[in-house]
Amino acid sequence: MRFIFKTTYRQDLRLFRDHFQRNWYLALVAGLLVLPILLPDYLVDFSLVLIFGLCALSLMVLAGYTGLVSLGHAAFLGIGAYAHVYLSQDLGLPWIVSVALAAGIAAAAGVLVGLPALRMTGIYLTIATLAFALIIQEVFNHWDSVTGGLRGKAVEKPVIFGVPLRGDAEFYFLCLAFLAAGLWITRNVLRAPTGRAWVAIRDSEIAAQSMGINLAVYKTMAFAYSAAMMGLAGALFAHKIGFLAPDIFTVLLSIQFLLMVVVGGLGSLHGAIFGAICVALLPVLISEARDRVPDWFGQLFGIFGTHIGLDVAAAVDRFVKQPGLEPGIFGLILVLFILFEPQGIYGRWVKIKLYFSLFPLYKSATFARQKSYMKSERLR
Amino acid sequence: MLIYKATELVNFAQGDLMMLGAFTCYMFIVWYGVGYWPAFALAVAIIGLFGAALDWLILRRVIGQPQFAVVMLTIGLGAIFRSFASMTWGTEIYTLPTPFSARQTMVGGVSVSHEYVSIIIGTVILCLLLYVFFTHTRLGVAMQAASQNQLAAYYMGIPVKRLFSLIWAISAGVAAIAGVLLAPVSLIDINLGFIGLKAFAAAVLGGFGSIPGALAGGLTIGVIELFSGAYLPQGFKDVAAYVVLLIVLVVRPQGMFGTVGRKRV
Repeated sequence: MRFIFKTTYRQDLRLFRDHFQRNWYLALVAGLLVLPILLPDYLVDFSLVLIFGLCALSLMVLAGYTGLVSLGHAAFLGIGAYAHVYLSQDLGLPWIVSVALAAGIAAAAGVLVGLPALRMTGIYLTIATLAFALIIQEVFNHWDSVTGGLRGKAVEKPVIFGVPLRGDAEFYFLCLAFLAAGLWITRNVLRAPTGRAWVAIRDSEIAAQSMGINLAVYKTMAFAYSAAMMGLAGALFAHKIGFLAPDIFTVLLSIQFLLMVVVGGLGSLHGAIFGAICVALLPVLISEARDRVPDWFGQLFGIFGTHIGLDVAAAVDRFVKQPGLEPGIFGLILVLFILFEPQGIYGRWVKIKLYFSLFPLYKSATFARQKSYMKSERLR
Repeated sequence: MLIYKATELVNFAQGDLMMLGAFTCYMFIVWYGVGYWPAFALAVAIIGLFGAALDWLILRRVIGQPQFAVVMLTIGLGAIFRSFASMTWGTEIYTLPTPFSARQTMVGGVSVSHEYVSIIIGTVILCLLLYVFFTHTRLGVAMQAASQNQLAAYYMGIPVKRLFSLIWAISAGVAAIAGVLLAPVSLIDINLGFIGLKAFAAAVLGGFGSIPGALAGGLTIGVIELFSGAYLPQGFKDVAAYVVLLIVLVVRPQGMFGTVGRKRV
């Protein structure tokens, strides 16, 4: 086990722990840069991973670091997407300006939701954000002049500083740049007093308040920051899907975002990215599996005779082609993660790392948490 | 729809349990030719058992974790139920035949269909029963105690785990009743569960802690929907309930009849 012996305060302030860590991240960046050459077929999916990474980052700040669970983040994504498309296509603003304004509008909406959030905690807040998302969806449906209503709205390819981005690879790099910038800014915000205040609010609101943290200011700030990032992601998302319709930004999408945060591991930026990778690539895996799994089952049961093999393959094929399977699988993953690994993929990763660095001495009790039994806040 | 007011178990899968109840009832009536009342009873019993099994298998494991875990868990379970229902029963819309269908009574010059009467009577009876159960029986009071403070209830000799299974069974059973009652009016399809969200709105409006509050909340939501459908432009009807919910949450987060208490650290 490597132990860093800190001799100056500068070491505490560094972005990376040591040279090793920095070099690993550099290698990761290099890998991401050559990815379009290695896997050109899956580039569109990777762009989606990057956009979802931005979404997960946004929700992680709110849910993982500030402890405000939102079920309405699809609405912010939608606001960002529609605002960007309206500003850049109907009003003809330059791309960068339009994206910035979209983020600003989403942030304003975030403040709007954040203000009532000051008076609510826990489940009430979740319900309020859910109500907000349903209202916004209805607005998308009916505000024809801006959103195109139920007919939807086509999105053109982005043109930045007069340079049109036509190919998938260019768009991939654009998303990568946005995600890298988002990660860097978020990491720094979280290390700064603002981030510390958010974490303090998450851990105990009353304790934070008595340490002189203004709950109103910091909670609203968290909402605005998260919504602004969601707005950015929305602008990219609009280009990614190429066609906007109100039924994209449903509660189901919000649940997917929450799934990313939980599966990745609450309270870590790595977790946000892991979760985004999982959730964005899962539909791809499922559709691949749809084509292949029936054949595997056919071959497996083929040892009992060709007829049985074919029958089993047909039955499995019917099963996996059911339309409702995907949300069910998402739900199942969510349930399994909460039951068996509440700290998500990142928590598991930390445990595995510690297991190897402490090899014969690892104890599972290292990560045992004190149980907190439910108590009512209602006194009667 | 009322159970979480008494037990503070927040269940996002409630609406989906409702849907499952309605489907089960439909299955018995139409596929197996069982009469309405036996089918009703069977559906409620099955969903109730299912709720208990759910608690025993899954939810018991998250006791001792923050409330957030339970919320996420029920969201996930709701998604599973919905996908299960769409795989078994398809995405078509069914109508449930009931003895109340297509019959009307004139009440003071207004014709009221029996379906609505059945819903109102069923709800009132159910509420009364639940209210009496939670305030006047040993078991009900024990349930309230367990939900207020698990550890203290356990020290007082209340079998908290068994009680929670029971709470879930009752809760699922009540959801099934609600589903079957609602089915003739709203038709059965896999999105029946989203009505559960409106039940949430009603619950919050009335205040989570009080049962009369929940009734008042439900009535308010219903009336608001009715009037906004009549007087406001198209499209407002669906969101009116949520707008009111947001406003109430901002102005009086504890609901109309809720109690306020400051949490200790």
